[in-house]
Amino acid sequence: MKKRLLVLGAGTAGTMIVNKLRRRLDAGTWDITVVDRDDVHPYQPGYLFLPFGTYSPQQVTRARHKFLPDHVDFVIGEVDVIDPAASTVTLVDGRALAYDYLVIASGTSPRPDQTPGMLGTEWRRSIFDFFTLDGSLALAEALKHFDHGRLVVHIADMPIKCPVAPLEFTFLADAWLRKHGLRDRVELVYVTPLPGAFTKPIASERLGSMLDDRKIVVEPDFLVERIDPEAKTLVSYDEREIPFDLLVTIPINMGADFVARSGLGDELNYVAVDKHTLLSKVWPNIFAVGDASDIPASKAGSVAHFAVDIFVDNFLEHIAGKPMTGSFDGHANCFIESGDGKGLLIDFNYDTEPLPGSYPVPYVGPMRLLKETRGNHLGKLAFRWIYWNILLPGRRMPVPTLMSMAGKTVPTTTSSTD
Amino acid sequence: MPITTLAGHQIHVDAEGFLTDPAEWDEDLARVLAEQIGLTLTDEHWTAIRFLRADFATQGETATLRRISTVGGIPIKQLFALFPQKPAKKIAYVAGLPKPHGCV
Repeated sequence: MKKRLLVLGAGTAGTMIVNKLRRRLDAGTWDITVVDRDDVHPYQPGYLFLPFGTYSPQQVTRARHKFLPDHVDFVIGEVDVIDPAASTVTLVDGRALAYDYLVIASGTSPRPDQTPGMLGTEWRRSIFDFFTLDGSLALAEALKHFDHGRLVVHIADMPIKCPVAPLEFTFLADAWLRKHGLRDRVELVYVTPLPGAFTKPIASERLGSMLDDRKIVVEPDFLVERIDPEAKTLVSYDEREIPFDLLVTIPINMGADFVARSGLGDELNYVAVDKHTLLSKVWPNIFAVGDASDIPASKAGSVAHFAVDIFVDNFLEHIAGKPMTGSFDGHANCFIESGDGKGLLIDFNYDTEPLPGSYPVPYVGPMRLLKETRGNHLGKLAFRWIYWNILLPGRRMPVPTLMSMAGKTVPTTTSSTD
Repeated sequence: MPITTLAGHQIHVDAEGFLTDPAEWDEDLARVLAEQIGLTLTDEHWTAIRFLRADFATQGETATLRRISTVGGIPIKQLFALFPQKPAKKIAYVAGLPKPHGCV
């Protein structure tokens, strides 16, 4: 009887996995099925640019099935529950899918319902998110009519998908307001539950001074309890209040509800896995890859990409009954748009924070780490093509999977901001 | 890692004073650590500290405020009242555990 690999989610991680594993698993002995709720694959990094009119909606979506290889079954349906003891997944429409091995790659989503007052009368009137397609398009409309007042960019709680995106949005908003001659009429405020601009000291200091240079006020250590839609105010657990005219919020992010219903999730519906192998801590035939897992790394496509490279070889060893020899290091790299056609790049992992230097080739680059350059911005724009044409189809990227210290400089004195 | 002595306890700490070896912690030391940040521990503080210790023992990670609230049953609002301004960091400090992941 043929073995069955079932992948839940045809996003960045799920699509890469089925592409890579279809080439490595004999089609005569292995069936591969991937499930998603729809057939629209979003290029999520593009959402950042929609509010400013840089990209059109057509540039950031494609059909999921276009990126799936032959001999992979694509099932469109909503997952109801996983029964790990019976190795079966049931869909909401009643279909049951049995598996020998399961990969949960169902990601994480913004949940405005988790903060009282967010989904009230001001939602999509003066309160917007931009981590969804309709949210970022609605924000584009609102920005067209915004010409004065307090623009507040806000993170509800960590972890969030793409933790640098709210900073990028703030830098781009600053540049956009300057371009339209409105910057003097707008107070720009950055509200974060973190003690500073970013989680890691060296990058936090660098990004924090970039916020200062742009006269953006930072409100650190602010954990929102509720939003008062009448007063248009954010209220924290320790009763601080921040008024806004236009709020751009990153709601609490959570894994899929079916993960919780299946008893596999933590308090944010993330699947507990070994952070080096991504194998479930409970079930020897369940992995969670990408944003759906609880590994202490960024929730980001780049982490999914590097993790998949390690996962694929490990999976082949695991099904052969051998110990898994690959060890994921939490490697991430992210472009950070800083406005005016420039950007930064950061490269880091579980143990090493983002440092200055060059990437991917030591001393040569062409990209510069933790430094604003035009090259980094062009890299970010080029990445959309790379995503559709190289990354998703599971072709080899010309960058190392594990983080490398070559080309990085450790500053002699590191100041700690958190 | 620097070694420091606090009220007769020899402990290993990081640059910010967080214990690097949770095994060096006991409830006596917790009272001393709490004093360092201006806190006098009440029963309510102890409920949070004991939850954090027990959760760390099984999970290997310092619980976030959300986890202390949803799993430990102590509302986030109360945690801010007990450990003002930076509750996640302060509870971890008093409980002798690593600073919670800022979650990159």
